[in-house]
Amino acid sequence: MIRFEEVEFVYPSGVKALDGINLEIRDGEIVALMGENGAGKTTLLKHLNGLLKPSKGRVLVDGLDTRETTVAQLARKVGLVFQNAEDMFFSNSVWEEVAFALRNFGYDEHVVRRRVDWALKFMELDRYADNSPFLLSGGEKKRLALAIVLAWSPKVIALDEPTTGQDQLQKEKLMEMIKLLREQGKTIIISSHDVEFVAQLKPRIILMKNGRVIADGKAEEIFLDEELLRACNLLPPQIVSLVKHLDFLGLEPALKHPKEVAVEILEAVKARNPHTI
Amino acid sequence: MRRTPQRASRRKDCGANPIVKIENLSFRYFGSEEYALKDVNLEIRRGDFVVLAGRSGCGKTTLLRCLNGLIPNFYEGDFFGRVIVDGMDTRKTPTHLLSQVAGMVFQNPDNQLFALNVEADIAFPLENLGVPREIILERIEWVLKLLKIEDLRNRSPFELSGGQKQKVAIASILVMKPKILLLDEPTSSLDPLSAKGLIESIIELNRRENLTIIISEHRLELLLPYASRLIVMDQGRIIYDGHPRNVLEKADLMAYGVAAPRVAEVARYINAYNGCLKFERIPLSISEFVERVREVIG
Repeated sequence: MIRFEEVEFVYPSGVKALDGINLEIRDGEIVALMGENGAGKTTLLKHLNGLLKPSKGRVLVDGLDTRETTVAQLARKVGLVFQNAEDMFFSNSVWEEVAFALRNFGYDEHVVRRRVDWALKFMELDRYADNSPFLLSGGEKKRLALAIVLAWSPKVIALDEPTTGQDQLQKEKLMEMIKLLREQGKTIIISSHDVEFVAQLKPRIILMKNGRVIADGKAEEIFLDEELLRACNLLPPQIVSLVKHLDFLGLEPALKHPKEVAVEILEAVKARNPHTI
Repeated sequence: MRRTPQRASRRKDCGANPIVKIENLSFRYFGSEEYALKDVNLEIRRGDFVVLAGRSGCGKTTLLRCLNGLIPNFYEGDFFGRVIVDGMDTRKTPTHLLSQVAGMVFQNPDNQLFALNVEADIAFPLENLGVPREIILERIEWVLKLLKIEDLRNRSPFELSGGQKQKVAIASILVMKPKILLLDEPTSSLDPLSAKGLIESIIELNRRENLTIIISEHRLELLLPYASRLIVMDQGRIIYDGHPRNVLEKADLMAYGVAAPRVAEVARYINAYNGCLKFERIPLSISEFVERVREVIG
């Protein structure tokens, strides 16, 4: 379990990036932090593995106060995948990049080998194993950053803007992976403003603005509140807007699968035009 | 890999000259085994609004780099075929000349901005070209107004939001009055509302200034209603090229990593049911969708 208690964080520049955050994230939850750039999402994520420590209040990860725990200790529990994947890289090869953390955690070399091979294959990077990580494309770098964290299998996986620069197939893959990790009981926390992606995931959404949490609820509820979304520089998923624009058919606004919406529209049109078949 | 022989130049008389003409283009980066572009042929007319889509790594960025001469003048590698931009062969034209015709906006605006204030950033490329002061000032006014960012002129680029930065980056390109604006996933780091604002600006540049736009982008729902062409690439080749509606109708783009707008998806499902509502033309926007429903229910 993760707990934020009255957390405030002020950067050395004086910018208050988190302001009175109270949160509880239970084991196995999927949470999306949403909000505009600068809302405090990344700062919050960096508090999960102790990269940043609260200026006021405290963060507890599995009962451990992050102020009294080293990043190395916390990293075993919380794997954080950065937005700028490249910041993480320094090895000569993609394979070595993934192996590094595992070796650091003291795994036997045969375990390291198996895990690295698995993680690279899972993220479709096995063919680049011997390449330099810096020569990968943007999307591939992102997948490598994820592979690194997946390889050591932490309990909590935090992803900072995981869909940026990813094509639709990679997003589907990421979605599958997140669902698989959920089955394994992992806690997943992502920061994102990819509304369409989050809409498919249907997680708990925590909306942030100016370092504060301004809403916390199910995707099915939050995504219907256009005013609230706009206040955070977000837009509703297109499927929600479509249903809203079809209010003359008497459809209830809801976050649904395109297929369900198709059926509802057909039924509503049929009810209007009883003479057509 | 089959080498594409360079063909003797051939002239086609098909009305107005295309602003971009690519003939049998293949390219691979130095040190890379695989070709990033394989035998690409493409013509783009002035005023076209072209959306490039496809999986990441499919060659979109490489193609864009070929259009402003970064390839082969900056990135080394094996280059076959010809790229003619506004009548200039990119292999024989210095990049500073090409960049005045085809300006590129990148994913991350931070790489493009460096001056102390927005005005200075926008003025820089012109100063560099030795353009007289009064013309520079005139151009800055024009471009600030065009992108509706007059209020940003004295701000530091570093205190701007992502969307504002990207507009300033575009301004610093437009100030050179290019004929072609190349954009490589310009909204990828922006939040949805900022992305929408940026894309609306780009659409307006195409409509009002008849600027040729070539943009690679994953957010198709905002662009497709206005684009004149959708080009889908896969493994260095062009797989589909046509009006967005035609491409969406004939292809399942998911296999190429491209998400059709949700409205198109819903319309497809509806058509599959073969019921009382049928979309003869796949809608690209909510308004097209709603219009069709209204037509049917009378």
